[in-house]
Amino acid sequence: MSTEKPVTANPWAHLRSHTPARIALGRAGPSLPTREVLAFGVAHARARDAVHLALDADALEAQLRVDGYASARVQSAAPDRATYLARPDLGRRLGEQSAGRLIPKDDPPDIVVAIEDGLSAVAVQKHAVPLLSALRAIAPQRWAGLTVVIAQQGRVALGDEIGERLGARLVVVMIGERPGLSSPDSLGIYLTHAPRIGRTDAERNCISNIRPEGLAYADAAARLDWLAAAALGRGVTGIALKDESSAPALE
Amino acid sequence: MGYAHTVGGATWRFADLKDLLAKATPSRSGDFLAGIAATSAEQRMAARMALAETPLARFLDEAVVPYEDDEVTRLILDTHDRQAFAPIAHLTVGDFRDWLLSDDTGTPEFGSLAPGVTPEMAAAVSKLMRNQDLIVVAKKCRVTTKFRNTQGLPGRLGIRLQPNHPTDDAKGIAASMLDGLLYGCGDAVIGINPASDGLPAFMNLWRMMDEIIRRFGIPTQSCVLTHVTNQIRGIEAGAPVDLVFQSVGGTQKTNESFGIDLALLTEAREAALSLKRGTLGDNVMYFETGQGSALSANAHHGVDQQTLEARAYGVARHFKPLLANSVVGFIGPEYLYDGKQIIRAGLEDHFCGKLLGVPLGVDVCYTNHAEADQDDMDTLLTLLGVAGVTFVMGVPGSDDVMLNYQSTSFHDALYLRNVLGLKRAPEFEAWLEKMQLIGPDGRLLPHSGTNRLLSAANALAAP
Repeated sequence: MSTEKPVTANPWAHLRSHTPARIALGRAGPSLPTREVLAFGVAHARARDAVHLALDADALEAQLRVDGYASARVQSAAPDRATYLARPDLGRRLGEQSAGRLIPKDDPPDIVVAIEDGLSAVAVQKHAVPLLSALRAIAPQRWAGLTVVIAQQGRVALGDEIGERLGARLVVVMIGERPGLSSPDSLGIYLTHAPRIGRTDAERNCISNIRPEGLAYADAAARLDWLAAAALGRGVTGIALKDESSAPALE
Repeated sequence: MGYAHTVGGATWRFADLKDLLAKATPSRSGDFLAGIAATSAEQRMAARMALAETPLARFLDEAVVPYEDDEVTRLILDTHDRQAFAPIAHLTVGDFRDWLLSDDTGTPEFGSLAPGVTPEMAAAVSKLMRNQDLIVVAKKCRVTTKFRNTQGLPGRLGIRLQPNHPTDDAKGIAASMLDGLLYGCGDAVIGINPASDGLPAFMNLWRMMDEIIRRFGIPTQSCVLTHVTNQIRGIEAGAPVDLVFQSVGGTQKTNESFGIDLALLTEAREAALSLKRGTLGDNVMYFETGQGSALSANAHHGVDQQTLEARAYGVARHFKPLLANSVVGFIGPEYLYDGKQIIRAGLEDHFCGKLLGVPLGVDVCYTNHAEADQDDMDTLLTLLGVAGVTFVMGVPGSDDVMLNYQSTSFHDALYLRNVLGLKRAPEFEAWLEKMQLIGPDGRLLPHSGTNRLLSAANALAAP
């Protein structure tokens, strides 16, 4: 029997400072060392739990009120999480009782923000309000005092119906992304110009992985503000609108 | 035209070919979501029996998506090769299954058959096949492609190195790239799914991968998996683009939802070919597909998701890709509910792709909202290895920190090579040996401090 250690370590573990990816794990034969199998198992367990946690809409509404946002609350046509997971079509439409809660104003807003639980209520709970603060810091004229809608059991396309009902020129959906092992709390943003039921994903722009360990609030806010201004200025979103926020300014 | 079958005194009727296919398909959540699945197990078997008696030639007369409405249908029927079809033209779907499995049908027969098989024929026969049938027939098919190395040779398995980073940090991506290369992975392609959405960011990614590939003389190819229009713009701006990527679907409307059509794919392929960057061959495209994409885009025309997936391979093969990848467990539980459905779909996709002449790899994967785990992935990975899958993904520790799902890891590649004796692309295997990362037996060598790649890793960490 060999007296060698059964685990082969990888001498590049120092590269982990550059990425949250699971690199330099070492190996036991062709497989993972026991330590890593267990670490992975714990992360998977947390992500599974995150999918099933419910959004605390009361707490979110209170936080928004402190920051000067009035919010309406709606629910998609999916009554519960189990239905939501199996029936994305229901998550894209407002529930019957919710539709009547969105009453268009005489002077329709340029931008409506829809905050939706999606697949991680934790992400929305943590990041939606700080992101709005970062947006106000950049461009208060665009982001202060907006119409905000809190939606539960919502998919991205639910924002189309919300925006259409309120007559918005642009809907900004902030939604909990599918939890990853290393990121159970990642927020995604989808912008859709002239929202109406039936818009396709090619007509949206997306910013993903918003959380302090991923895309920081300030950076996400800068990109979102650039895209929102460009979308309103040019009257498009989607593949016709490229994110050039980090490009050098052209004369 | 209607179809019917009588089982035990009860007669089951099916409105048309697409209804028959939908009712015959193995049970899965996406077809229930679309409202087209069989409503009982017996109805499903009656549909399979009616399908078994349906002549293959029928598929040339009855399109599941109307010819006049859909350019994918037109592509499939207009490019169908009657001469290649001749050896099977007299068969029913049931007879076709026997023919495929027959000892007399070997790799040479499959080579000339592919242009004669339509995606709908491949999907239909797969619905009559058990998992072991899907494996044994796929193993007989050979699809070989080339860019800077050779993919699809027998006894070989490629790995797409997928070094994603949540913010596209260059050092973070490089760290995962080096991790994968040091584990002997990356021959199929080094492909990044970018987190950002702008040409300046993509240019950096193309240049960074190109620099590493050239610096170490790696016989592989790179790809930035962004929308095809971005890649055309990149090529125009002088980016070193190896493979052009695009997600494709099985209907015109699905492709419209991706913001593409066949003309745009033609333009993209020509742009990539114009760079002449392949040293061994000119397979310049990389496609991704997945059951459920058409339904997700509300573009399914009442056709079951597995048949539409096969039609996506019909799109892919027209553009002679180096690689095509079914992201089988990625789209979510509303389409493939659990490990059992993901495993079945992975084997169907691989079989249909190979039968159609497409170099199919599979992203053996699952999301955290699906009823699946690592054990299910081990099962599918092993079955696909036995079936001769062209390539699978290599993600550090199975955890994609940008796309938020679990795929196969560099360790999984070692496992599959270990139990099945699978080698890498020959050019890449030779490079790894030259770099003293593997021995003549293909196994990883202990890491020596003087190794060039390891030195690069150390340099990367320096401030």
